Amino acid sequence: MAKKFLSGDEAFAEGIRLVRPEVISAYPITPQTIVVERLSEMVEDKSLDSEFIHVESEHSALSCAMGASAAGVRAFTATSSQGLLYMAECLYYASGGRFPIVMMNANRSTALPWNIYGDQRDSLSQLDSGWIQAYAENAQESLDLALMSYYIAEKREVSTPFMVNLDGFILTHTYEEVDIPTQDQADIFLPKYETDNKLDLDNPKNMAFSAGPEHNYIFKYKEHIGMKNAVSVIGEAEKKFSEIFGRKYSGLIDTYKTEDADYIIITLGSIAGLCRETADKLRKNGNRAGVLRIRYMRPFPAKEITEIVKNAKSVAVLEKDISFGNEGTVFTNVNSALHTEKINVPSYNFIGGLGGRNISASDIEHIYSAMEKGTEKVNFIGIEVEE
Amino acid sequence: MTEILWLGRGGQGAFTSAKLLGAAYTSIGEGKYALAFPSFGPERRGALVRAFTKLSDRPVLDRSETEKADYIVILDETLYSSNLNNSLKENGKIIINSKINSDDNVISFDADSIAKKLRLPVINTIMTGVLSTISGIVSTENILFAIEHYMPEKLHERNINAVKTAVGEVLK
Repeated sequence: MAKKFLSGDEAFAEGIRLVRPEVISAYPITPQTIVVERLSEMVEDKSLDSEFIHVESEHSALSCAMGASAAGVRAFTATSSQGLLYMAECLYYASGGRFPIVMMNANRSTALPWNIYGDQRDSLSQLDSGWIQAYAENAQESLDLALMSYYIAEKREVSTPFMVNLDGFILTHTYEEVDIPTQDQADIFLPKYETDNKLDLDNPKNMAFSAGPEHNYIFKYKEHIGMKNAVSVIGEAEKKFSEIFGRKYSGLIDTYKTEDADYIIITLGSIAGLCRETADKLRKNGNRAGVLRIRYMRPFPAKEITEIVKNAKSVAVLEKDISFGNEGTVFTNVNSALHTEKINVPSYNFIGGLGGRNISASDIEHIYSAMEKGTEKVNFIGIEVEE
Repeated sequence: MTEILWLGRGGQGAFTSAKLLGAAYTSIGEGKYALAFPSFGPERRGALVRAFTKLSDRPVLDRSETEKADYIVILDETLYSSNLNNSLKENGKIIINSKINSDDNVISFDADSIAKKLRLPVINTIMTGVLSTISGIVSTENILFAIEHYMPEKLHERNINAVKTAVGEVLK
């Protein structure tokens, strides 16, 4: 292994080099651009043997990746924000066709007002598109997810495309030290992609067909089961990963000092680190604070979350998202889990960081104190709402 | 945690300095963590660039922009204002590329003259050398390691010379 000082985008590109995708089709968009630039440089200097296809749009980028996957090879694409929305039509084709494509998405706000900075409204708007969704906290986890995503997506019983999300700028453009595995290690972890879900002259079959009401429903059910199967495969992938690379991951969620916590912030992505630091600070004053980081939004960790928070006095969902006219989508998902599992813990929603606005340590302290005192159901960080 | 705020204009290499310092610090070995990032946004030549390096012996979890820095390094003296003192920690220092000595906690260093002698178009690595020598956060060897590993090869010799010359001047 070699240690290097890299940005999240660069770290992810290094991970993709180790994965050896045979086809890369992507269209550049800030803050994803560096991933595409690095990969094209790797193809150019022959350190990565891959077909790099310059496409004219994101819609084509994913269509192209699907074509490659249907030919039986490993395919990669990357996008962000408006690009993700532009390829939205194809997201459903990829998942419905059970093509295990991996896409890196740099989480960025959606227009209007036009903005290139980070929030998570782009990917969270696509939760129902049938893609596995993971959210990285730092550059190392980003690189490691590049490797694990293919392992999980390509497992026959999963056969589901995988979206790895990195917070725009805060992860994509921040440099930190990462451990880059060797190619030999990566090859042991992730062998060459083999599938029978492909166009094959010796064994011709119909692919990407239409299905009427009778059968369509069965395909959708099987898609759901494929996604549910990912839960145990994620565990299996992480176990194998730690055996080979020595780094451990904790499945669908990651917890910090939740065992005895009265107040737990539930969040996702790069802000979790500052939440943990704040929890430590509050604990010095006797306030039992904890943090639950959601690593996977799909499949959704309903049981895992409720098991952790069931003894808390209250929980707060901190998210960079809003479903206008309702509340944050992560909050809706968490509340549904609490209700389904009959856990009666008060829950509050804190929406912040939209359009890249800073969330400070004092904002997070304020969340902990508000959830202790009780507050509005839906709160906007930094905006006082008058009754 | 040691926090450094770099101020420069687009094209002066403030962010490159922020990165080099982070790479230099982590190259010391185990238990050395760093984050380096620019003030995010579209890049424009000549516009104000703020860049940040955070150094610690524990993983750096706070990814937000530095509010109070231990060192503010200014590559272009026209960016200096006494208000910057509000962005300094107690005993924090401002290091500025300038021929003129001004306030008490401001250390001036004439990087432009060295750059002229060495025919360097920018002074970012000179100021990185100055900061490392004054602060002692990293050694000259650490900085040279970062240059050799994170700058294009054709720039190595000139920038290594620049750092060595700067270090020599500070130690005079």
